[in-house]
Amino acid sequence: MADTEKIIEIQVLRYRPEQDKEPVLQSYKVPFTDDMSVLQGLQYIKDYLDGTVSFRWSCRMAICGSCGMMIDGKPKLSCKTFLREYYPQGLKVEALAHLPIERDLVVGVEDFVTKLESIKPYIIPKEKRTLEQGEYLQTPQQRDMYEQFSSCINCMLCYAACPQYGLNPSFTGPGVLALMHRYNADSRDGGQAERLNSLGHADEGFWGCTAVGYCSEVCPKGVDPANAINQNKMNSAINYFTRFVTPGEADK
Amino acid sequence: MEVFKADVAIVGAGGGGLRAAIAVAEADPTLKIALISKVLPMRSHTVAAEGGAAAVTRPEDSLDHHFNDTVGGGDWLCEQDVVEYFVAHAHEEMVQMEHWGCPWSRKEDGHANTRAFGGMKIERTWFAADKTGFHMLHTLFQTSIKYPSIKRFDEYFCCDLMVEDGRCQGVLAIEIATGEFTLIEAKAVIIATGGAGRVFRENTNGGIVTGDGMALAYRHGVPLRDMEFVQYHPTCMPRTGLLFTEACRGEGGLLLNKDGYRYLQDYGLGPPEDKPRNKFMELGPRDRLSQAFWHEQQKGRTIKGPFGSVVNLDLRHLGEAYLRERLPQIYELAEEFMGIDPAHECIPVVPGVHYTMGGILADGKTASSLPGLYSVGECSSVGIHGANRLGSNSLTELIVFGKVAGLEAVKFAKSVSISNPGAIQKQAEAAQARALGIVNKSGGTERLAVLRTEMAQSMEDGCGIYRLGTTMQATCDKIDELRQRYKNLKLEDKSKVYNTEWLLGIELGYLLEVAQSMVYSAINRKESRGSHQRLDGFEERDDANFLKHSLAYFDGDNAPRIEYGDVKITKSQPGKRAYGAAGVQADEERKKKGAANG
Repeated sequence: MADTEKIIEIQVLRYRPEQDKEPVLQSYKVPFTDDMSVLQGLQYIKDYLDGTVSFRWSCRMAICGSCGMMIDGKPKLSCKTFLREYYPQGLKVEALAHLPIERDLVVGVEDFVTKLESIKPYIIPKEKRTLEQGEYLQTPQQRDMYEQFSSCINCMLCYAACPQYGLNPSFTGPGVLALMHRYNADSRDGGQAERLNSLGHADEGFWGCTAVGYCSEVCPKGVDPANAINQNKMNSAINYFTRFVTPGEADK
Repeated sequence: MEVFKADVAIVGAGGGGLRAAIAVAEADPTLKIALISKVLPMRSHTVAAEGGAAAVTRPEDSLDHHFNDTVGGGDWLCEQDVVEYFVAHAHEEMVQMEHWGCPWSRKEDGHANTRAFGGMKIERTWFAADKTGFHMLHTLFQTSIKYPSIKRFDEYFCCDLMVEDGRCQGVLAIEIATGEFTLIEAKAVIIATGGAGRVFRENTNGGIVTGDGMALAYRHGVPLRDMEFVQYHPTCMPRTGLLFTEACRGEGGLLLNKDGYRYLQDYGLGPPEDKPRNKFMELGPRDRLSQAFWHEQQKGRTIKGPFGSVVNLDLRHLGEAYLRERLPQIYELAEEFMGIDPAHECIPVVPGVHYTMGGILADGKTASSLPGLYSVGECSSVGIHGANRLGSNSLTELIVFGKVAGLEAVKFAKSVSISNPGAIQKQAEAAQARALGIVNKSGGTERLAVLRTEMAQSMEDGCGIYRLGTTMQATCDKIDELRQRYKNLKLEDKSKVYNTEWLLGIELGYLLEVAQSMVYSAINRKESRGSHQRLDGFEERDDANFLKHSLAYFDGDNAPRIEYGDVKITKSQPGKRAYGAAGVQADEERKKKGAANG
């Protein structure tokens, strides 16, 4: 794993709103070993070369979702992308695409968080149950129906990948739609119609997706938002037509 | 300065803070809750907990078993009345999490499944594959969105507590995006900021785990209890310290030395059997396993790796399909970070700092000695972990005591009103000036990373798995020195927008004070107990002198004052702490003795 130290060039897209009119690239030479992640490279820069470079990070193990960025133009988690893959040519890191740069590699998350909050991402119980009655029964097969979609770490790489979100930021986007599907597909939940109706059937929701599938490709946790969206186009269509056939039914 | 008037302010939005917020919102929807977190809630370090959460579930299990495992596991330094409350309320909180949607792993019949964990007599660990903390955190966060009375302050960094009229009446926070300060007045404050593992070099913790809340309470006169007890987790990734969950061993993983020998049998944990057996071998408690590693290293029986000595975690016999189902994240970590396929190769592991057993002194209902101030989770010492925490008790602690903290804060908040807002405003301005002083000061010479690195190395040297008076003294001296040098800190970044260097600078202040409380508590404890093991004439547990909690009191620039507090014993007198066959024998003897005493 470890071997002799080499030097790699990391170009960081800098943007300090108080002094930069527009983002500019700044280059750093970083000593590294083969086990080091891009995040560790950035930490080296911050610790020893330039304390003013700003980026988010925490867990270092691809579960907290903080450290997403564009690495040589692709959305990735910097904690599980390794410097050795970019040696000897070096690499360029930039803030996640399609999101406003607050500073350096830090992007604004407000739009994502607001969308996440808007889709009722919690169990709306199909039937009430008291604590004394114990847990809802759910077989491993029923759990499998939503488990994959519950693994989203909110890293927003899929938003940086999604061409539709890039063109039209009112599109709810892959991660949040996958989360909506996570609850819709949960056997304990009865809120599907409520969620689909609140989302509307316009371009903001599942129908906004143009099925490029890049979101699923860049997802670091195998959530497959494209699949979630596909399944919901079907659900959404059924829900929509049910309204005309049996008014009131779709809102249950 | 912006002012927000809350009824209850909660600092930290991990599992404990979120559970507390929901408890407040459900108890009284008219109360205004300020939930303050330096990161988006789903980034909180609860996210990294892997293995599971303990609650008595199976018919052959009992509250007494869970109580005895916890109290014995803690080497009798637990508050036994609090442990009784804890084990009795664990199961209902698991069910509550289930009702909120937590994707617990299931048995074929649809009930939640439980797995084995170290030091636990019966399988009682609820789990969601090996991402239990992640799922609990996201479930709590997403559920919290239901409650309009929870006002979140995401990416607000707490830099002081407001203490007026002898009680805590709010906090001061920096909006990270703008560098502006917000005063949050509150009738009650709950600290839920997590642990302080980043005072050590090799640790499993996220970068945010910097002891913030501990240091804040400590500065305001609340003692930190049992800070010398720091848990080394026995199976971490070399160099990075990333965690391989204890569930690896719960599912049947083995620990092997360089000869492929299951060395734990040489340290009172055997005999080895083919199938995992609770409280035997690899399912012993973390302190014992980490200590066994140290001894193997002394004997030259560990394996030389590029980052020092390692032993092997062997999961091969479990097979790829089972590993992918039960331990998918572990599989991913081994493959992506180490280039190892755990179905075919052993994973090299070392012990790494994982958890701070001690924390802000809290009574059994999470109240501190400062009226209006409560604490929950790793930052808190409510008293259930003693000298060594059992794996899967801490996630349960978050939700059991998160709820308690929320309800207690409600009661307190309804009994008081904010007194003297003018004085609180003045305090806030003074605290703001102190925080700005760190970034605006000129003429500093000390580099942040250098101070932090020296601290972390010194803590590892002095407060590691085994400890000596001389090395602890060297660490005391080093931390004293670093606190002085910290005053001469030099920061390069003068921006107001996302100035993360400034925040790291404030955090370093927290870390150094917490580190000091740890090493001074450690050097004064002249015995060996749980995770605090000495090799300099104090190798045995000394109940006559040290069946006591350490209490570290802040004393300005000086070293902390160390005092001692009683340990609450209800039904388990201190006994021999043993595992493996010796543990079975010790249990028998206790039973006989119990029967003889009637």
